Amino acid sequence: MTSTATHEVSTIPHGPLDVVRHSWVLAKRSLIKTWRTPEGLIDVTLSPIMFTLLFTYIFGGAIAGSTSDYLPLLVTGLIGQNIAFASVGIGIQLKADMEKGIFDRFRALPISRIAPLFGAALGDVVRGLLLIAVMLGTGYALGYRIETDPVKFVAGCALAILFAMCLAWAPMLVGLIARTERAVQGIVFMTLFPLTFASNAFVPTESMPGWLAAFANANPLSHLVLALRALWNDPAAGPVMSNNGDWVGPVTWTLVWCGIFVVVFAPLAIRAYNRRA
Amino acid sequence: MSTDIAVEADGLVKSFKDTKALKGVSFQVPRGKVLGVLGPNGAGKTTAVRILATLLRPDAGRATVAGFDVATQPREVRKRVGLTGQQYASIDEELTGRENLRMIGELLNMRSATAKARAAELLEWFDLTDAADRNAKTYSGGMRRRLDLAASLTGHPEIVFLDEPTTGLDPAKREDMWDVVRDIVGRGTSVLLTTQYLEEADALADDIVVINHGEVIAHDTSENLKRVVGSQTLRVRPADAARGGDVKEILLGLGADGATIGEPRPGEFAIPVTDDAALGHAVARLAQAHIEVTELSLLLPSLDEVFFTLTGERSKPAAAEASEEASA
Ligand SMILES: Nc1ncnc2c1ncn2[C@@H]1O[C@H](COP(=O)(O)OP(=O)(O)O)[C@@H](O)[C@H]1O
Ligand SMILES: [Mg+2]
Repeated sequence: MTSTATHEVSTIPHGPLDVVRHSWVLAKRSLIKTWRTPEGLIDVTLSPIMFTLLFTYIFGGAIAGSTSDYLPLLVTGLIGQNIAFASVGIGIQLKADMEKGIFDRFRALPISRIAPLFGAALGDVVRGLLLIAVMLGTGYALGYRIETDPVKFVAGCALAILFAMCLAWAPMLVGLIARTERAVQGIVFMTLFPLTFASNAFVPTESMPGWLAAFANANPLSHLVLALRALWNDPAAGPVMSNNGDWVGPVTWTLVWCGIFVVVFAPLAIRAYNRRA
Repeated sequence: MSTDIAVEADGLVKSFKDTKALKGVSFQVPRGKVLGVLGPNGAGKTTAVRILATLLRPDAGRATVAGFDVATQPREVRKRVGLTGQQYASIDEELTGRENLRMIGELLNMRSATAKARAAELLEWFDLTDAADRNAKTYSGGMRRRLDLAASLTGHPEIVFLDEPTTGLDPAKREDMWDVVRDIVGRGTSVLLTTQYLEEADALADDIVVINHGEVIAHDTSENLKRVVGSQTLRVRPADAARGGDVKEILLGLGADGATIGEPRPGEFAIPVTDDAALGHAVARLAQAHIEVTELSLLLPSLDEVFFTLTGERSKPAAAEASEEASA
């Protein structure tokens, strides 16, 4: 009576790789949308250019003595900041998905419940890459240069993208529990502003009062930014600009924070996703 | 477990804060048959469907779908059912119709080429080929419903849940949807369909469950239920109000024994009839008496009348409309 059996032949058997394949199918969905609404890319293209220009010419002289001396600090700092800011988009996207019916469809399919969330994060990799390219392009136009080798350059990019994907679980959780898209935006930005400014992203932490410097030095974003500086800037540029070329410490700390984000926020997000009914 | 039963709900209970949405609902869908779940807004239809589709957990009770327990084997259930939800279609409006269907196919582990072919086949079946490469955002309400239904049929499910598939559609579109449902059933699929219209349940369902306020108040075949709730009503409106007396006389001659004539609206007359041929007789006799009519119809009892007969109380839409938006 059932027609299922005859169609089984054309499907791939279920197995442990399902979650990877399904996440990829859902990431493709994000990519199609990104491609179709390029104005959704403003936060990873025009905004960072604007930030770079503003910060370079407003703070450059005051903080580093000259605009060109400020660039090695700023480009890496801004990549850190904007990678974090761009994660708001994932939260808002999830919230929007839930308001429509499409998440019900996903929930009623025999797919892992992580797949829609993981797919959303994966789809954001392209945005992250675009962001890094735009930032570096702008930096290069103003005189910034990667002073180390290509391997370290690629490692820095990979670290920044990994950081973005792990941090994304936090705005995803917010997107799953907040009641409106506006609330998602408000909550995430309210958390990100102190996180990005109370860090080493724009000014050396030595200039901050002790308690703030302590926070800034422990800040996950500071570790990422310092790792980028150690990987990309001339080791002779000193501890602030390049951690004297010692990348092992900051990279390790960044990875630890990535792990913490996933361990803390991913289970909460998955639980919130399962509970939403 | 019996393989003749596609869906079995046994004492389902579900509360939301202080609303008791289901108070112990039981029913069965025999394999290859259509069960119509009939009830007014807020009766608990969507809640029951969502439990069966593994989207909600019941507080108490058990349900099996295709022989698998929805609570302990949800994945097996999901492999075998298709769900078309109420209200907003479960499709991605920012993708085209074709992209939606291919995505669902790939999520069901179809190989890329298979998913592509299946999408094309479904688009053809649901008359969406011309709109296939447009964003679903531009689709009309009827097209969205069809795409949604196509999406839920992508994986050749054994069992399909249709939650109020025609609510909000105009009568012509409703008939189209009925044809599609018959088509699905013709392919051996078991269907659980919820509706607020006795007509729809009568047109499509083998068995009907009537629920109200989270409780089953009747469970029978379509035929028996109609026998219980009373037969059809013949309704006539003469063009010339002065012929009212003659119309009444003709109606009395056609009505069931002891039936009395009602006047549902001024100038319109109605009488319960048992004979399916009553409509034909009415046409003949009215013509014979040279009475012109502006309206002549044979109606099934409304849901409200069904409830009145079954429970002695008028169905209250249970203040459900507001919270429905949030829930469905
Ligand atoms: N998520 C929810 N939260 C609170 N109440 C709900 C929720 N879903 C449904 N209800 C309530 O449960 C009752 C049954 O709703 P529902 O199953 O949607 O009815 P139907 O589909 O028959 O119109 C209604 O009173 C409704 O307000
Ligand atoms: Mg409903």
